[in-house]
Amino acid sequence: MRIGYYPGCSLKSSAREYEESVRALCAALDLELVEIPDWNCCGASSAHVMSADLALGLRTRNLAQAEAAGLDEVLTPCAACFSHLAEARMELADNPNKRQEVADFIGLPYSGRVRVLNVLAVLDRYRDRIAAKVKNPFRYKVACYYGCLLVRPPEVVQFDRPENPQSMDRLLEAVGAKPIPWACKTECCGASFSVTRTDVVANLSGRIVADAVKRNAAAIVVACPMCQSNLDLRRPEINQQLEQEHGIPVLYITQALGLALGIDPQQLGLQRHLVPVELPEPEPEVVTADDDDDDD
Amino acid sequence: MSRVGVFVCHCGENIGSTVDCPEVAERCKQMPGVVHAEDYKYLCSNPGQNKIKQAIKDHQLEGVVVAACSPRMHEPTFRRAVTDAGMNAYLCEVANLREHCSWVHEEADSTTEKAVDLVRLQLEKVKRNKPLQPIEVPITKTALVIGGGVAGIQAALDIADSGHKVILVERSPALGGHMAQLSETFPTLDCSQCILTPRMVDVSRHPNITLMTYSEVEHLDGFIGNFKATIRKRARKIDEELCTGCGECLQKCPSKDISDGFNEGLTTRRAIYVPFTQAVPNIPVIDVENCRHYQKKKCDRCVKACPTKAISFNQQDELIHVDVGAIVVATGYKVMSTEKFPEYGYGTYPDVITGLQFERYASASGPTQGVIKRPSDGKEPETVVFIACSGSRDAAKGVKYCSKICCMYTAKHAMLLKHKNHNSKAYVFYMDIRAAGKNYDEFVRRAIEEDGVKYIRGRVSRVYEEDGKLVVKGADTLLGGRPVEIKADLVVLATASLPNDGQSELARKLHVGCDEYGFLAEAHPKLKPVETNTAGIYLAGACQSPRDIPETVAQASAAAAKVAALLSRSHLTREPIVAEVNRRPAPLHSDCTGCFLCESACPYRAIGQEEILDRDGIVIKTIAKINPGLCQGCGTCVATCRTKAIDLHGFSNEQIFAEIMSL
Repeated sequence: MRIGYYPGCSLKSSAREYEESVRALCAALDLELVEIPDWNCCGASSAHVMSADLALGLRTRNLAQAEAAGLDEVLTPCAACFSHLAEARMELADNPNKRQEVADFIGLPYSGRVRVLNVLAVLDRYRDRIAAKVKNPFRYKVACYYGCLLVRPPEVVQFDRPENPQSMDRLLEAVGAKPIPWACKTECCGASFSVTRTDVVANLSGRIVADAVKRNAAAIVVACPMCQSNLDLRRPEINQQLEQEHGIPVLYITQALGLALGIDPQQLGLQRHLVPVELPEPEPEVVTADDDDDDD
Repeated sequence: MSRVGVFVCHCGENIGSTVDCPEVAERCKQMPGVVHAEDYKYLCSNPGQNKIKQAIKDHQLEGVVVAACSPRMHEPTFRRAVTDAGMNAYLCEVANLREHCSWVHEEADSTTEKAVDLVRLQLEKVKRNKPLQPIEVPITKTALVIGGGVAGIQAALDIADSGHKVILVERSPALGGHMAQLSETFPTLDCSQCILTPRMVDVSRHPNITLMTYSEVEHLDGFIGNFKATIRKRARKIDEELCTGCGECLQKCPSKDISDGFNEGLTTRRAIYVPFTQAVPNIPVIDVENCRHYQKKKCDRCVKACPTKAISFNQQDELIHVDVGAIVVATGYKVMSTEKFPEYGYGTYPDVITGLQFERYASASGPTQGVIKRPSDGKEPETVVFIACSGSRDAAKGVKYCSKICCMYTAKHAMLLKHKNHNSKAYVFYMDIRAAGKNYDEFVRRAIEEDGVKYIRGRVSRVYEEDGKLVVKGADTLLGGRPVEIKADLVVLATASLPNDGQSELARKLHVGCDEYGFLAEAHPKLKPVETNTAGIYLAGACQSPRDIPETVAQASAAAAKVAALLSRSHLTREPIVAEVNRRPAPLHSDCTGCFLCESACPYRAIGQEEILDRDGIVIKTIAKINPGLCQGCGTCVATCRTKAIDLHGFSNEQIFAEIMSL
């Protein structure tokens, strides 16, 4: 299988380990990633506040390049990039005039054919294959953290349930993990305030870390470079805010699945985390006995 | 026929100001077949009608065209007038000069010209009209009431009290419906069972009512006054004649852990059970799916326990055929399953319950004898959060409509909690408080002002468990959207009311319509609120849309009044505008070739088959036959028929073509 691939800037810089683990996992699943030729920044957190046309142009250009490369679907691991591209696609879907305007602006034809998928949507298709390939069951309690952008707004992402998403839970269950019910599944981590208002991020991300720890999760699992960065890079500030030392690691979903499939941790980029990835002993396997009640 | 009179009405200025009415009358006089034409200011008035009557006599008219307003309004008026003058009512036609001409055009010669054309159309039709006689249909003086909740009980009692026979069919083993499950009722806080159970007993004792519980309508044929219903009386596996309701069998049954539907799954029951202590009839039923005798073929403890040998394992379902003249559908509602709301934790958290489950806790006949407890540990909750509009008014996750009863029962729940546990705290998250009804708003104010229930305007985004409490996260939109977190012991969701299970299948069997949500559709939302589009079938209660007890009872009585009026007549008369399959001399017998496309096209199931026999009783031909009692004269079959074998009385192909050709 081939699928288009839009890494975005984060996966080439601060979230290299995300790209490494995406590539390693997709290779293990025989899924060929075709990087969009000459892709550009999606506009990130700044373009859309500067100029709506610029933001739409930047986003659409990536989709147009994918079309030109003959792709039907684009895997977009970064949740923010995913949200931006999906939003552009939706904005232009029912508006041929605007579509033409943007096409003229970016100098490329654009039909709107390419679908944008996040990492969970793509992996969900391979859930059976993943379950079949498990070498080291990931037998930990995990806190599945989806953040804001993967599942919201529902009309843009057209994916999972906005309030209580299940896709990541299902994937991790397939490799033996036990997703915990917790309070912060779709709470905000503070996002790009990481730079300008670190105190806000420490507060918001602090709640997420504290709740996961309190419910005995062995790891927080994410599918967004921004979330990972806030929970991992900002851990000193978080710990200071909480006045406690929390060492719970923050894994990408691709890393957690990769470990279960027996992929080398180095290949998955685990060594790049700032909070060291030290997982405890896996929980013992629970054998459920069939009990036939026949007390007549 | 060529002695037609034309009468042109000015309708005050409505027609006269843009159409030259005298000119129209004058032009009509020139038309072939017209022997008299005149115009008048108000033809519908008494002098106007007299002019028509007089002209019929003076000119020996054989047909009348009244050029006036819409036939919807005054066709009956003018038909009565011609009947008074001795003419058949169906030889009078109305040309609509008002809605179709004067109201939609400016004053001009062409407007008058169009008016003349409209009269000419009707003239050509009326020349070909044939006298028609109204159809008389006999009536079976028995009513069928489907559903034994408060709506069905009320309708059955009212019809029975008016002297007519009633067959009341209830799907579950006992009467009562949802109302029997409720604790106290708003806005008076009188006990639901105390006002309902005497009515249930009345039903069982009424000489005019035949009560059939554990039964369902399997099939329905026929038409108003003459329905034929097939009812499946499901096997209770108990001989109803022998059973005394002593309850010995209930204690001995070993299959125990079956979810108790009457208690909304909060308790368990056995495989042989009576739904609740006050059940009418007080006869148990064996739940075959969970009974060891059927599932494992080895238990007979109830048989041994029964002192009257009433247990009858071999009892089979019975199909009972009944003739009825009218039907009241009162099949009720169900509440939305809260599994649709994982963000409210249902399924994961036992202490997130539905409003109906709260009713069972609050009810004296409930699992805790009216002490409000919570399912997880049986403790009395201190802090309870009620979430209104769970699924209602929410097109994204639930239903678009307002479930109507939730605002009131939520106020009642919060009030009951405060009354039963003075130290408790009650919070209600709401969108709007909809308390329109007699003493309703006062009731909600009482909950807030006297009982101290805290109302928070805002939605709840999530319920999660933390340290043994349920944390309810929401927003207070009256405080500028400030986030609110309440640590609760119990969360009650006022989930949306939905059409009952099986209601759409029943609607298909009865041939009544449903709205976009699956509730049964009334014939007109304002003027025919209890009628359906199928004559003789009426609606009562929450099967039509969510409604509370007072409204349900009022509607049930309304439906009963309609039924009583219908059944008190000796026969029905219907418009003779019905379709008929033509007959021809042998050997053709009819143009109908027996393709029966019309049978599938007919929206009223009025078309059946008829065999034409020779003298020896051998079938020569099978042709379509239209039941004039069911036919509504829509003409669909006429358009469908490939051999033009069907004609509609009063609107024959010949008449319609003559109208068109006259233009």
